[in-house]
Amino acid sequence: MNNSKKEWQESSLYPALKKFPARREIFENSSGINVDPLYTPEDFPSFDYQSELGYPGEYPFTRGIQPAMYRGRFWTMRQYAGFASAEESNKRYRYLLEQGQTGLSIAFDLPTQIGYDSDHPLASGEVGKVGVAIDSLEDMEVLFRDIPLDKVSTSMTINSTAPVLLCMYIALARKQGVDTSVLEGTIQNDILKEYIARGTYIFPPAPSMRLITDIFAYCNTNLPRWNTISVSGYHIREAGSTAAQEVAFTLANGIAYVETAVKAGLDIDKFAGRISFFFDSHNDLFEEVAKFRAARRLWARIMKERFEAKDPRSMMLRFHTQTAGCTLTAQQPYNNIVRVAMQALAAVLGGTQSLHTNSFDEAYAIPSEEAVTIALRTQQMLAHESSVGDVVDPLGGSYYVESLTDALEQKASGYIERIDKIGGAVAAIEQGYQQREIQENSYKQQKAIDSSQTVVVGVNKFISSTAKISGLTRIDPEKETAQKKRLAAVRQNRDDERCKQALGNLSRIAQSQENTMPAILECVEAYASIGEICDVLRTVFGTQKEFLIF
Amino acid sequence: MTAEERKIRVLMAKPGLDGHDRGAKVVARSLCDAGMEVIYTGIRQTPEAIVRAAVQEDVDVIGLSILSGAHLEILPKIIIRLKELSAKEMVIVVGGIIPDEDVPQLKEIGVKEVFGPGTPTTRIAEFIKVEASASRRN
Repeated sequence: MNNSKKEWQESSLYPALKKFPARREIFENSSGINVDPLYTPEDFPSFDYQSELGYPGEYPFTRGIQPAMYRGRFWTMRQYAGFASAEESNKRYRYLLEQGQTGLSIAFDLPTQIGYDSDHPLASGEVGKVGVAIDSLEDMEVLFRDIPLDKVSTSMTINSTAPVLLCMYIALARKQGVDTSVLEGTIQNDILKEYIARGTYIFPPAPSMRLITDIFAYCNTNLPRWNTISVSGYHIREAGSTAAQEVAFTLANGIAYVETAVKAGLDIDKFAGRISFFFDSHNDLFEEVAKFRAARRLWARIMKERFEAKDPRSMMLRFHTQTAGCTLTAQQPYNNIVRVAMQALAAVLGGTQSLHTNSFDEAYAIPSEEAVTIALRTQQMLAHESSVGDVVDPLGGSYYVESLTDALEQKASGYIERIDKIGGAVAAIEQGYQQREIQENSYKQQKAIDSSQTVVVGVNKFISSTAKISGLTRIDPEKETAQKKRLAAVRQNRDDERCKQALGNLSRIAQSQENTMPAILECVEAYASIGEICDVLRTVFGTQKEFLIF
Repeated sequence: MTAEERKIRVLMAKPGLDGHDRGAKVVARSLCDAGMEVIYTGIRQTPEAIVRAAVQEDVDVIGLSILSGAHLEILPKIIIRLKELSAKEMVIVVGGIIPDEDVPQLKEIGVKEVFGPGTPTTRIAEFIKVEASASRRN
């Protein structure tokens, strides 16, 4: 019998490895953390359960933000979807609602995300491609026809044009006679990760941060149940970061939003509880579970110690998860179903509040109905067949997972300190710090795959001929023509004088310090188009070029 | 310096509004490592801007990365404009999310190759080396 890890290594492990050598010299995860062959209580000489973990629903929320977690209600299964036209999307949303789904998640096309009307030259070929095209309030009316806004929660993946889309949603609620105080949903509204990784920014950082603060303040008064931001690590990870960088760059962005809002005079405990997060769930199961737990603990500590928040809700990191799109392979596409299942398991073991599972055909096109159904069924099997939701934080107390949680928190804190030294997330982005870190790591990952040091089943090992998949989604180019026609009709039928006045007023407000939301709402209600509204703001705020190209 | 000795010049571009630039950047860097000169345009480039940059930089190869599904609308525009502005035969290669069934159509209008997800960067570099030297000899 051995009494310590060291003795066991000397007397048992090393002799065994001498006979049968390890598969690799070094075992290291994506974050560059060395992984031991075994973890024991000796790895935690001064572990304090209460301060490191605590109980679920209590600070520092390492084990989860709710006391009962999935014993009460499973995570929300929220599949991101958007079809070319508002009519088709509306049909799909109503079908989903009839099936008992209560949460909608709307994908917008790129022109809508970057503030161009469907008839803008830069929108050519992009209308309705990656989501629904919304030009004016009229499209929103079609999108939500016969859907009562007080009965659904709506998540909108929209960033630089979030104020416009949120105002359209508010205008629609008013038309339906729904009090805005009961509206539930989320806007992504996370501009900093757009500069870092996703690319749909319009304005420079300062006015963009002001628009976000305007939304925080407006919603605090008018839409108290709205999640005003979803601070996203997903796109940072998809662009090639490590797990530790994903946590660090995301929380650093979160810090920047909180700082900006506090500087603008907002009370932290009035808006921080409405901040939500969005993470990726990648391949390394235990690293991912540890990542979610580390992110929760780190955010709780930041909110309590750095910002002196008092309300526990301000310290809770609530998050949505999507499985890692970048791990989907075009080769042997059905293998993706299994990858998604493992990644989804990590998200659930990590205590996610909602989950999107990717479809197996997404290395080819936006998903087919069959593929989406399998993705949703994967979540339903996890929830109803696997029993993983029966115990809160079931991996808590695993020597390995706790050690990884500590290591990830430490690594992420190191990056946040570096960003603090540069002058915060915005200054770091302007210097291209996060972008460069991500580029370096994504290149490293690609080289490791090219050299087969990293194995991707079906791509660089276990290669066989790829079965062709059928039934891929195609977007009819006629949709673009139809959308342009509808926009022309809206311009024809609206009260032009009212529209011009509203746009003029927005220009004046944008140049002042006043909250822009009421003025944008006025424009939206006058049927000004998203392009017209954004053009006014472009004139006042200017536009942003790519910070770091290569 | 003869044409054979000059380094292969590649314009790497992201046309359209799609901001997913991980692939474009990784390929650009691997082509640099393979000894080519690479000019990367950044995201949100119009067909006009891409063609002008290609002509101005006198490149041998244009690499285009598209993940938004707009490839059938955007690529013909680039190829037509390129023919208007330059007599030089440039090798055009495309990467991104392109359904297999669209590949023949793209090749018909003049795309030399489409590199889907999972293509090793070394294969892309080799392909470009062979094609660029062949088109120089023509």
